[in-house]
Amino acid sequence: MQRNRKRLIFLAVLAIISVLLYAFYDIKGGFDYAFPKRVTRIAAMMVTGIAISYATVAFHTITQNRILTPSIMGMDAMYEVVQTLIFFLAGSTSIWVVNNYLNFGAALIAMVLFALILYRFLFRTKKYPIYLLLLIGIILGTLLGNLVTFLQVLIDPVEYMSLQTFLFASFMDVKAEILYIAIAILVVACIYGYRIMGQLNVMALGRENAISLGINYDRMLMNILILASVLIATSTALVGPITFLGLLVANLSYQYLVTYKHSTLILGASLLSIIALVGGQFIVEHLFELRTTLSVIINFIGGIYFIYLLLKESRAVK
Amino acid sequence: MIEIKELTKRFGKKNVVDNVSINIKPGTITSFIGPNGAGKSTLLSMVSRFLDSDTGEVLLDQSNVKKWKSNAFAKRVSILKQSNFLNVRLTVRELISFGRYPYSKGRLTAEDETFVDQAIGYMNLHDMEDQLIDELSGGQKQRAFIAMVIAQDTEYILLDEPLASLDMKHSVQIMKTLRKLVNELGKTVVIVLHDINFASVYSDRIVALKDGELVKNGPTNDIINPQTLSEIYEMDIPVQEQNGCRICVYFNAHAN
Repeated sequence: MQRNRKRLIFLAVLAIISVLLYAFYDIKGGFDYAFPKRVTRIAAMMVTGIAISYATVAFHTITQNRILTPSIMGMDAMYEVVQTLIFFLAGSTSIWVVNNYLNFGAALIAMVLFALILYRFLFRTKKYPIYLLLLIGIILGTLLGNLVTFLQVLIDPVEYMSLQTFLFASFMDVKAEILYIAIAILVVACIYGYRIMGQLNVMALGRENAISLGINYDRMLMNILILASVLIATSTALVGPITFLGLLVANLSYQYLVTYKHSTLILGASLLSIIALVGGQFIVEHLFELRTTLSVIINFIGGIYFIYLLLKESRAVK
Repeated sequence: MIEIKELTKRFGKKNVVDNVSINIKPGTITSFIGPNGAGKSTLLSMVSRFLDSDTGEVLLDQSNVKKWKSNAFAKRVSILKQSNFLNVRLTVRELISFGRYPYSKGRLTAEDETFVDQAIGYMNLHDMEDQLIDELSGGQKQRAFIAMVIAQDTEYILLDEPLASLDMKHSVQIMKTLRKLVNELGKTVVIVLHDINFASVYSDRIVALKDGELVKNGPTNDIINPQTLSEIYEMDIPVQEQNGCRICVYFNAHAN
């Protein structure tokens, strides 16, 4: 539709403006020092934004529910477990913390394995296990969360302080070398993700209609869950847990762009998340002068929007 | 041809469908009837590949439906289930266009558009083709979904209680459309019906189920008679003939 195209262009312009503003505004000291750092952060925010947007929209489609985030599968909790275990067992000066590749790899692999084992187990026993999957995800997430709290109580307070920096999403100290790996994963995932967009459109009609229209539903369900898990794991291992953002941008995209097409919806959500992240980071750095973090702002705004969504849905039910 | 061979489905210890064998005769409307819990929808779900059977098999052209490639199967058989909850901003025309997905994967050709137009015509949806699905009434939505199935242009059309949320006018319209699809285009329709009078008036053959078992399978007139009906429904159902149609007057069955 013409209107959707105009709106996408508007979002793209906003995204470009926020990127340019963040890249060039008020560069003090050495341009050669500050500029590459800013570019790295912008790239990290783009990777995160696209990964989370795709994962969340696809997750909404397969669950037929728009107020879930993929983190309900317990992946954020798994990330916290890995980081806490590393600090608990090896300590903040160990190679698992100091070496960026190792830390990133450990977190990424643990999250993806966690998801794969969960899916394997569930898909073997049941044909359409999505609700069971959500339920078990929530329970495991809570269990792992408790484990994390327990370990954190035992940890040395100084270690705990440095562990904290891993448990909150931050774009301030993204390492360029990890960023390259994350970009590579994102590109591969997005190529596959782009190819299955048509099938996602059909799957939005529900399992039975999708099967009637020739989708191999149960296999696609598994593939999309794995894809979403890889995307979430990549972004979480890169900057920390920030999946709440996905809920925000996905729903804004549904409201703003009246269409069923996943290509449009996901593009819209990605642009929105780039605007939110880059714009938010700009505000954090220049307005709050780093006295708060981006995830605090996003969770605050996201939380308000989430309550609005719940109120709206409950009104729609009446 | 669709052949159902010794099909059984268990939920827990109960056989919801119990050793049922039926051949679906091509070029006919076959209705599945029977009391609640007879296993009609479960049987249809196994034919449609929504559910796996525990034992037995369903064959389409001599090969097991489980072995068919999803897309090839979708060009031969289309299925519409009872409830269709949608969470998507979709116009009526866009929904119907999905019927062409097995052929064009979302990129509609001129030929696809013709099929979509035809389906819209069959279901009389011209005046609402640009409306969003979630703004329609239950009955209008149901007709849009049936149009999608028609656009899919499959040899076999399986429908699970398509009249559930429709008024009399639209129920009759849909049954007439199905009759037209069979008579003019040579389609084969299998339909789960609750209203035995629609089954009696519009179908060529009837499959009667009860407690998961096949009670009777044959031409409509062999089933729509008081003896057979009382066997199926465990009540006296007087049958009256009207303009050559057999009508079951079951509303006051135990009055006399």
